[in-house]
Amino acid sequence: MKAIPSGRRPKHLTIGRIGMYCFILVCAIFFLMPLYVMVITSLKDMDEIRAANILNLPKELSFYSWPKAWSTACTGFVCEGLKPGFFNSIKITVPSVIVSVGLSAINGYALAFWRFRGAYFFFGLCMFGAFIPYQVMVYPLLKIEDALGIYSTLPGIILVHTIFGMPILTLIFRNFYASLPIDLFKAARIDGGNFIKIFFYVIIPMSAPITIVAVILQVTGIWNDFLLGLVFAGRDNQPMTVQLNNIVQVDYGVAEYNVDMSATILTSLVPLFVYFISGRWFVRGIAAGAIKG
Amino acid sequence: MKNSVEVKNISFSYGKTEILNDLSLDIKEGEFMVLLGPSGCGKTTLLNCIAGLLDLSDGQIWIEDDNVTWKEPKDRHIGMVFQSYALYPSMTVEKNLSFGLRMVGTAKKIIDDKIEKASNLLQINELLKRKPSQLSGGQRQRVAIGRALVRDAKVFLFDEPLSNLDAKLRAELRYEIKKLHRDLSNTMIYVTHDQIEAMTLADRISVMKDGLIQQLDTPKQIYNKPANLFVAGFIGSPSMNFLSAKFDKSNQYLLIGKKQINISKYENINNLIDDQEVVFGIRPENIKIEKNENSILCNVELVEPMGADTLVWTSIEGTPISIRLEGSSNYNLNDEINISFDINKSSIFDSKSEERI
Repeated sequence: MKAIPSGRRPKHLTIGRIGMYCFILVCAIFFLMPLYVMVITSLKDMDEIRAANILNLPKELSFYSWPKAWSTACTGFVCEGLKPGFFNSIKITVPSVIVSVGLSAINGYALAFWRFRGAYFFFGLCMFGAFIPYQVMVYPLLKIEDALGIYSTLPGIILVHTIFGMPILTLIFRNFYASLPIDLFKAARIDGGNFIKIFFYVIIPMSAPITIVAVILQVTGIWNDFLLGLVFAGRDNQPMTVQLNNIVQVDYGVAEYNVDMSATILTSLVPLFVYFISGRWFVRGIAAGAIKG
Repeated sequence: MKNSVEVKNISFSYGKTEILNDLSLDIKEGEFMVLLGPSGCGKTTLLNCIAGLLDLSDGQIWIEDDNVTWKEPKDRHIGMVFQSYALYPSMTVEKNLSFGLRMVGTAKKIIDDKIEKASNLLQINELLKRKPSQLSGGQRQRVAIGRALVRDAKVFLFDEPLSNLDAKLRAELRYEIKKLHRDLSNTMIYVTHDQIEAMTLADRISVMKDGLIQQLDTPKQIYNKPANLFVAGFIGSPSMNFLSAKFDKSNQYLLIGKKQINISKYENINNLIDDQEVVFGIRPENIKIEKNENSILCNVELVEPMGADTLVWTSIEGTPISIRLEGSSNYNLNDEINISFDINKSSIFDSKSEERI
């Protein structure tokens, strides 16, 4: 007997749905496999690694590679592990993110609301700047920083990250602000706000979703950067990525794969952490542009 | 009476598109002026120009004997209410109301006094601690009006404030705004495309189209003596009936196809010339169903009962005609009726210039 249609429509497991689940499963395995290999390798000792059963679980857990990667592995001539790099990366990332996000928010606000003369030209310039591969600009920037006397210093690398972050961030902020109702801005102008007051009292309190997006983009981007850190940071401020490279690229002695794996996981922990805690806000922030208040 | 707002020969264009061209408008002190027109007619642009939110390309704007053409919106002594309410989403109602005062550094006590006064007037005392997202549309618009009120503006600007509300709330707030104007007697400029709002609220209406003021007059005059075909068709719902006709001077007849109407009672009949092509306009309520020497026989084609009124549709020479009758009247499809026009209340337009004769 056939059920009379009434109430909630029953869910059926269709072929399409099974196919979709299979696809998702394969994708998950594909992306999780390297992480799995890295984690188990870091927990094996060298003898077991040489046995070359890369997918097998370790017979005996050995944790010695982790502290070694953190504090005693050799990066070139110094053997202090990744620890100094970690703190260098923090010293580079935090100010760069704050300065670039702050300036870009003001830029985006000015572009979206105060249609000054040449705003469109400036907007076009930002678009252009956001898509130029930055390798093109490395050498000229290096000469400029050298002339300014900040080449190979902490302010030097911070300036570089700020410059390269701003075009895309300005675009992101401008587009977000352009999606806010213009009447709000008009009301604020009638209510007596000037450029700065409107920005701080009206616009910033509404910027949370897009600021989160911008911060995530910048934190992961700057943390993962290798080239700029290598070129501009100087020997004393080498970020974690550069030191990781120095650990992994040994020219002599034995390649300690378990230490390499630990070091790599340690280096990627910050971006991973950022994605895990903020993924939800990231999606919400990206979608915020399409949602009307 | 002295003028509160004077718009002197202003022009405005977006890039190469000219929205307003050499437009002038004087608004008297304490007057309720409605700018009425279809979308894209430039009425909101004009309001934004008065508010100082858009820069003119030419002309001047004076508010209270002060040339404010180059002044910032905040220095023009205006309050503005927007269609989208434009409440600051991160602030409570109280903070929304006080924002303007806080921006200029008003003392806390004065702010509290003003907020209390405004919230009593608009019955929003209960809502002061809430965020805009926790308010209904009607409440939001009350708060938005309150925000303009608190600032002691000399001129209130309304930009389609009721368009986002449902019909019942719209009528309710329309009444409130009218009462507010009665009690405060500030100058108010009100933009709308809703003719009911325009008719009920305005001291004077300026009907706009394509950036030009088509007619500037009291609601009564605009309704009864529309200056041209556009105004006649735009004002009134159901709208005015139009019949193309030719004037026969010797008999003082309008010829509509084979039918004829005697218009000897029309006020400006002497301005008509023989054989002139005209459009005869008559409002649905100025048509009666009665037989006399000047009536026309036709058939009922459709009946729309609307409660208070009943709208009966018929046609003359293929042109549909609506007749507004009492709600109690009872007509059926295909009934034969004799209709006669109240010529005193009709309008006759030249078909070329479209101006009223």
